[in-house]
Amino acid sequence: MNKIKKNIKQILSQSDTSWIFIIPGVLLLALFALPIVALFMRSINTDFLDNAFSEQAFKALRLSLYTSTITTVCAVIFGTPLAYMLVRWKFRFKSWIELLVDLPIVLPPSVAGLVLLIAFGRRGLFGSFLLNTFGISLPFTTAAVVLAQIFVASPLYVRSARVGFAQIDKQLEEAAHVEGANHWQLFRDVMLPLTKRTLLSGAILTWTRALGEFGATILFAGNLEGITQTMPMAIYLGFERNLGTALALSVVLVIVSVFLLMLTKKLEKQEQE
Amino acid sequence: MKRFLSMILLLALFIVGCAPASSTPVSRTLTVFAAASLTDAFTEIGANFDAAHPDVTTTFNFAGSQALRTQIEEGAPADVFASASGKEMETLITNSFVAESASQFFLSNKLIVILPADNPAGIDSLEDLANSGIKIVLAAEEVPVGNYARQSLDLMDTSFGTDFKDKVLANVVSNEDNVKQVVAKIQLGEADAGIVYTSDAVAAPDLKTIEIPTELNIIAKYPIAPLTESANADLAEAFIAYVLSADGQAILQKWGFAPAQ
Repeated sequence: MNKIKKNIKQILSQSDTSWIFIIPGVLLLALFALPIVALFMRSINTDFLDNAFSEQAFKALRLSLYTSTITTVCAVIFGTPLAYMLVRWKFRFKSWIELLVDLPIVLPPSVAGLVLLIAFGRRGLFGSFLLNTFGISLPFTTAAVVLAQIFVASPLYVRSARVGFAQIDKQLEEAAHVEGANHWQLFRDVMLPLTKRTLLSGAILTWTRALGEFGATILFAGNLEGITQTMPMAIYLGFERNLGTALALSVVLVIVSVFLLMLTKKLEKQEQE
Repeated sequence: MKRFLSMILLLALFIVGCAPASSTPVSRTLTVFAAASLTDAFTEIGANFDAAHPDVTTTFNFAGSQALRTQIEEGAPADVFASASGKEMETLITNSFVAESASQFFLSNKLIVILPADNPAGIDSLEDLANSGIKIVLAAEEVPVGNYARQSLDLMDTSFGTDFKDKVLANVVSNEDNVKQVVAKIQLGEADAGIVYTSDAVAAPDLKTIEIPTELNIIAKYPIAPLTESANADLAEAFIAYVLSADGQAILQKWGFAPAQ
């Protein structure tokens, strides 16, 4: 205790102005850290394993992993060409398209869910066409969960990919063009090898975000165990039914997220070296 | 860029400036946690209550009763709790959040089936709810109305034949978090049928309804009580008295609720 007091005194001493940085910084850090500490303290007890491995928890975890993996694959398949075009090609309204791609990142998830519903719901602008032409109705299906996740999470991948592609020296590209490489060859042999780590870390970010998607999903996909009830949904409803399950699932999500973030950090480091 | 920023700043200032200035120096806030089904009726009751008490602002937290109960248990500051089921109130009494003598029933409600206005699945009777391929939305089992709906399906099971309930539950595409979410999904036409309270059907007159006969229906009794830790015990009492008064009951009946008895 005395030692801490001494430290605080030192920090606050006139000659040292470091407290200007330390106090606000630590306060913010405490805001991040305390809830996580509280979560672990409250959830780690004898019921933890029962709660974490209940059937509902298992179904939710499986669905979350399944949907977020599909989301990430889709983000890579559709997002990479989009990012490439945005960085390397010149076309009209480009800045508006960039803005559109970034929009879902800042949009509240509830807005995302609502717009998805009025666009792809069976009465929606495009959804009614889907229903009448193909007999497909998206809401309340696992496909709706994936669509909501792609909408919310894939812009993160596109963003990373854009940064990655933009970092590549233009001269390299010009040299490849002089050699007679076409767009695809340039992309495959020059851009991809140089950016694969950035792309991978973007994909992991997208995966993490998809795993945590909640607001858009509950509005657009509804809640049914095994079909549309993902981890965050089970946590939200568990909060009302059985707090223990909600806490245990939260711990699992926190651990998975920490692991994924560490992985991205590592990839970023390797890329810099 | 500078001009753009200053315009945004001006706009923000303008919005703040337009906010109504509070004329009374001391203003108190009464916080009421109420079942989602009470949204329309209590909003009107709250407006009347505030008009009669100029120094009071009543704020509401509408959600599924089970969610409100959890929030209270986790320390959410509330003055009054109005629940759609006795069960949630009893839990709070057991945990001393509500005094047992303070809880009283103030209205009753029953179930009804709602359909989108154009009834896309062609549902004409309760029996049709078991037709394969239709999309039904219920409230989750933890939500009072979701629990009542399943009880009612149990009763239908005995009169429409066994596995009626199973067939209906197999048609359920989503278990929503509160009754208003069920109404919203039907209003949007995303699902073919939902089971809600008659009061919800009154609040959404654009929907088609199918009555559930009394012998198959469940009567939901709503209790109301002040919370023991309320900092506004006098206001809480006054609000509950108003809800129970002839005026308050008239508003509740206008929104499709029945008296408690």
